[in-house]
Amino acid sequence: MTSTIIRGGALYGEAVQDIVIADGSIDAIVPTGQIAADRRFDVELDARGCTVIPGLVDLHTHLREPGREDAETIATGSQAAAKGGYTCVHAMANTSPVADTAGVVEQVWRRGVDTGVVDVRPVGAVTVGLGGEQLAELGAMASSAAAVRVFSDDGLCVHDPLLMRRALEYVKTFDGVIAQHAQDPRLTQGAQMNEGELSGRLGLAGWPAVAEESIIARDVLLAEHVGSRLHVCHVSTAGSVEVIRWAKGRGISVTAEATPHHLLLTEDLVESFDPIFKVNPPLRRNEDVQALREAVVDGTIDIIATDHAPHPREDKDCEWAAAAMGMVGLETALAIAVQVFIESGLMDWHTLADRMSVTPARIGQVADQGMPLSEGSVANLTVWDPTMSRTLEAESLTSKSRNSPYLGRELPGSVRHVVFRGTATVVDGGLA
Amino acid sequence: MLGKHLLSAADLDREQALTILDTTTELASVTERSVKKLPTLRGRTVVNLFFEDSTRTRLSFELAAKRLSADVITFSAKGSSVSKGESLKDTALTLEAMGADAVIIRHSASGAPLRLATAGWIDGTVINAGDGTHEHPTQALLDAYTLRAHVRDGRGHLEGVRVVIVGDVLHSRVARSNVLLLHTLGAHVTLVAPPTLLPVGVESWPCEVSYHLDPVLSGADAVMMLRVQAERMAGSYFPSTLEYSRMYGLDARRLDRLDPGAIVMHPGPMNRGLEISADVADSPQAVVVEQVANGVNVRMACLYLLLGGAAMEGDGQL
Amino acid sequence: MSSARVVLDEADIRRAVRRIAHEITEKSRGTGDLVLLGIPTRGVYLARRIAAAISEIEDQMVPCGSLDVTLYRDDLRLRQVRALEPTEIPPGGIDDRTVVLVDDVLYSGRTIRAALDAINELGRPSAVRLAVMVDRGHRELPIRPDFVGKNLPTAKDESVRVRFAEVDNVDEVVIQGASEVEPSRGVDAR
Repeated sequence: MTSTIIRGGALYGEAVQDIVIADGSIDAIVPTGQIAADRRFDVELDARGCTVIPGLVDLHTHLREPGREDAETIATGSQAAAKGGYTCVHAMANTSPVADTAGVVEQVWRRGVDTGVVDVRPVGAVTVGLGGEQLAELGAMASSAAAVRVFSDDGLCVHDPLLMRRALEYVKTFDGVIAQHAQDPRLTQGAQMNEGELSGRLGLAGWPAVAEESIIARDVLLAEHVGSRLHVCHVSTAGSVEVIRWAKGRGISVTAEATPHHLLLTEDLVESFDPIFKVNPPLRRNEDVQALREAVVDGTIDIIATDHAPHPREDKDCEWAAAAMGMVGLETALAIAVQVFIESGLMDWHTLADRMSVTPARIGQVADQGMPLSEGSVANLTVWDPTMSRTLEAESLTSKSRNSPYLGRELPGSVRHVVFRGTATVVDGGLA
Repeated sequence: MLGKHLLSAADLDREQALTILDTTTELASVTERSVKKLPTLRGRTVVNLFFEDSTRTRLSFELAAKRLSADVITFSAKGSSVSKGESLKDTALTLEAMGADAVIIRHSASGAPLRLATAGWIDGTVINAGDGTHEHPTQALLDAYTLRAHVRDGRGHLEGVRVVIVGDVLHSRVARSNVLLLHTLGAHVTLVAPPTLLPVGVESWPCEVSYHLDPVLSGADAVMMLRVQAERMAGSYFPSTLEYSRMYGLDARRLDRLDPGAIVMHPGPMNRGLEISADVADSPQAVVVEQVANGVNVRMACLYLLLGGAAMEGDGQL
Repeated sequence: MSSARVVLDEADIRRAVRRIAHEITEKSRGTGDLVLLGIPTRGVYLARRIAAAISEIEDQMVPCGSLDVTLYRDDLRLRQVRALEPTEIPPGGIDDRTVVLVDDVLYSGRTIRAALDAINELGRPSAVRLAVMVDRGHRELPIRPDFVGKNLPTAKDESVRVRFAEVDNVDEVVIQGASEVEPSRGVDAR
């Protein structure tokens, strides 16, 4: 098996130590310099000046395969994830065919294994074909080789309250979790952007915050009533944060995620009518961004998840109403998180690691991921270099799609190395 | 003088708006001659790119361009609700290859003209002939021109003029452009509609808002009725067309409340019996037909001011 | 401040206007079917002065108006778009009448060519004549004035400015060298 050493990195931004990896696990962690410089390892990774954290885990990714391989494949998506510092991604079910059977989830899982760059954990659909009418075979997906534990109709809301109740009850069998895309379809027909003064001025149909908040309010009460776990995808409003805070205060078992773009970007960007900023849920007001940031800091929002949504160029190179919704995010998530939380001093690296690695792994029940940086842990590690700042160029993206709202923006650093189950997937900023 | 494109009434400052109206006055006399033609835009190619059906506006622009001796091509593409952006981009690239100096675009998607002007697909001037529920600047200009000619005995300016705009403001690009332009010109606007047909945030617009029509009629110099689509009932915006007409329709009784010098306007096409009664539509105070005539002249003025000089760079520089 | 030379002062202009008025009425043998059309901006003021002088001489009012030629110019695309000036044709029109075009400076002749095109669209005068305050030469088209205030040979890099009190607070005609050209409201007639 390969032996690897990561020299000179600051673990969680604190003590500068060397990490020895062997047989896929962390073998030893020692103060830097203790291991002789001439001792030979198969792979030597220079991490001086860098921060080392557990490999990132994304609970919300769209890999588009099967069906939309023109936008992304499991292979390219995995590579993009690795470039972004991820060692595990959860692939959402809104593929074509939909991942609503053991067959499809196993296919996705196997492609991920064959690519071998990150752990691909398929998410199972809650309803057949995402139709919102009939429960999918959640049990079969759970006992398949893919061992699905997270179920979501993401892209669509499980709107019918009875169906949502049944789903919440049913997954208790195997301790699964329903991840809800909270969007009341009746209140958001034809919606294009956040509903507010700006949408009225721009003449774009509005997506009111209450359409998200009312579904979350309903779902947390359902989860409480039936005693089940709920996860809320891409929370985007201050009101939603308050509902979740209230629910947690009552002891309801709810977790929540926020995306990097909802932690940074606001709706004023829509004035340009540039569809690069078209996303679901939409970019909101500054008050919402601030509330989300506070919630991520205090843990009301448990994790940061990318909602990486690749789209081919023609789906964005058009007028707003015709454009697809979504932004790619795997390769920029950590940089944005660093800018918003670390550089501002809002958070330390332990907490960031918790939000982007430890807790996502816990919610998704991924045993080998999100483990602490200590001897014996499975070696999934990310090395962040704050000196490698760069301007994001389209050509530098590894994802097959280029729909990033950060093109041309200066990012505060780069992922330097990534180790996945003991093997380096990213070395010196490039795929190994 | 105007920059390179005409995309939104919000882009026009007071001086630019007045220049367009004054130029219209000069060009209006051309319409009165027997030979209604000027050589000014000879050799220029103007494309009418109408993704939404609109015979009235399309013909108005066509006539305006032809009166200035421009070559006019009309491209009407019925965009269905699921039409992809390929249509817009590829169409634009084709027009660029044909050498269009200006593209006049009407599209059901708000922001489409801005995309056309800034995406780098074409080099020429873009004129917004109506985009989704966003703006319709030339309509607002012809409305202002009509107002200026009539109100307070045609005294020639709109400072302090009181305009009431009634109807489906939420879905109306005409309302948005008019509120912006009239405010720029110093007029005072009151919007009247049921709460369901007013956009969230309308309180921040530079105008007043009322749910009641009758109290605002006396003292108004002009009432502009917006078209209300009966289909809106399906979205539960109002319970029935009867209730809508009762509360917000301009009928003979309400016409009587208006000052005799006040005018009634409508961007057309009218739903006689819904937002405006037949009596009112045919009354001498209604200037709807004149609005149409003014539309051609205003569009001639816009075409002249945008295309009548040296070509501009995208940022409005020569 | 500049090497601007005043070539006609207020008195010179007054005399020129009187002489032009006399020449016009002599040629037309009265005021009969005359219509004066000034080309904006300063041609309009000149036309009014000539009309006033004629009415003193003949004790008759001569119809006087303005003719904006912007839309007929052949050089529109060389510069930023120009604002339109008013065109006011006196009641009675121009059909079967003698139109006297009035402009401040005659130079290349292109303005007058545009004016002839404009007139063509407005009606069919029995004759068109041209009165200018200054003819500075350098014609590019076969156009000649019928009535001239002053013939001023100039170099092409010089500029001629006619100033009228109505808009410039002084009556004078100046020639300036190229380097001292100051911006003025109307562009030098070409």
